Amino acid sequence: MLPFRVLTLAAVVALAACAAQSPAGDADALAENRANNDPIEPTNRFFYRINDGLDTYLLAPVARGYRYVVPGAIRRPIHNVLANITTPVVFANDVLQAKPRRAGDSMMRFVINSTAGVGGLFDVASSLGYPEHDSGFGTTLALWGVGEGPFLFLPVLGPSNPRDAAGFVGNLALDPLTYASFGGSATLGASRFGLSAVDARERALDPIDQIKKSALDPYATFRSLYRQNRQSEIDEQRKPEAATVPAWFNH
Amino acid sequence: MLTRRLLLSSPAVLLPLSALPLSALPLSAQAQGVQGPTAFVMQLGDALVAIINGPGNYEDKKRRLTPLIDRDVDVDGIARFCLGRFIRVATPQQQQDYMRLFHQVLMTNIFGKLGEFQGVTFRMTTTTQSEEGQVVGTLIQRPNQKANVVQWVVGDASGTTKVLDVKAEGTSLRLTQRNDYTSYLTRNGENVGALLSAMRTQLNG
Repeated sequence: MLPFRVLTLAAVVALAACAAQSPAGDADALAENRANNDPIEPTNRFFYRINDGLDTYLLAPVARGYRYVVPGAIRRPIHNVLANITTPVVFANDVLQAKPRRAGDSMMRFVINSTAGVGGLFDVASSLGYPEHDSGFGTTLALWGVGEGPFLFLPVLGPSNPRDAAGFVGNLALDPLTYASFGGSATLGASRFGLSAVDARERALDPIDQIKKSALDPYATFRSLYRQNRQSEIDEQRKPEAATVPAWFNH
Repeated sequence: MLTRRLLLSSPAVLLPLSALPLSALPLSAQAQGVQGPTAFVMQLGDALVAIINGPGNYEDKKRRLTPLIDRDVDVDGIARFCLGRFIRVATPQQQQDYMRLFHQVLMTNIFGKLGEFQGVTFRMTTTTQSEEGQVVGTLIQRPNQKANVVQWVVGDASGTTKVLDVKAEGTSLRLTQRNDYTSYLTRNGENVGALLSAMRTQLNG
């Protein structure tokens, strides 16, 4: 019974939200609402405010401190290591998406950067003609035909949707480090998570500051950017693969 | 992947909001033998980069960029698109004020980023046809940054070829701005006067 009540309540909240935002008879407003795909906007805005508070008073100051204390010449290799240890997840998704060329790129990147790149500190693979690309289980689900579902603003994780939220869990399941068990593995996992968040936030300091400064409704702007950017990434990956030509082949 | 979800990641998300043509072209369109929308974007880029990387102080560059953007970018069309359905409820005076303020906000956003685009280069990719117009693809490279895909939607605006929209990493300048304005209006009693006040505050801030 309880799940049914929760679902009913959620449906009522969603309908109330729709009704509140779409004056009866205004077809354009209804079309706008449909385009935003945000039936639980009041709830999403609540979580946006929480995340914004966490970001303003915790993550952004830590990221600014990181930028101030750690020079760019050291931040870059740190970023490279974090990207390199995520490459097996990208590779797994390339395989699940039946993209053999991209999977080949990922594999070569991991092998080259882990060895010649000294454990991923240096992105040697890019200079050899194996460019970095991103992929995740959310994109894999999209290519398998799973719909995005309504827009969600998740606590801590930020803008998302049910498909990308499932993708987040899928990525964890595909990550070999999730299953690593040794002395200090839990600490290592937590450190990786924390450092990844600080690294990403540092890299996004200027654009996010600019959006918060220039947008009249930052929530709506973040929602729009997220949805457009995701759709574009997925559309891009639907295209036929281009062959990778290693740099050495052209010489 | 996690961090992308967490933070929207790429600085490219900012490009459509603040940076119309951020270009640096090594060769002119004529020299490369291209025509049509591709040549238009290349020539615009040539002109812009000559100003951005050329001599003169910030004010000089602003003065020279303004007529170029007015000539080659359909600012009025973008402004009308961004106001969406609310253009119908705005009074003629509000429409006039909005057009003027939109122009100023756009220019402020572009000029505010001028310093960041020193040393930028771009190369042309592919040009395709879409419902919105011809889409001219470019790959923009800023020093020490990952290259960003930027597409220029070019089409006819009152009989002249102009830039109708700019898309950076798939995010559209005009759609993002429209979502911002219409959401603000919806949450402020659909009052165009409130939007105009907010835009004035932005410009004075």
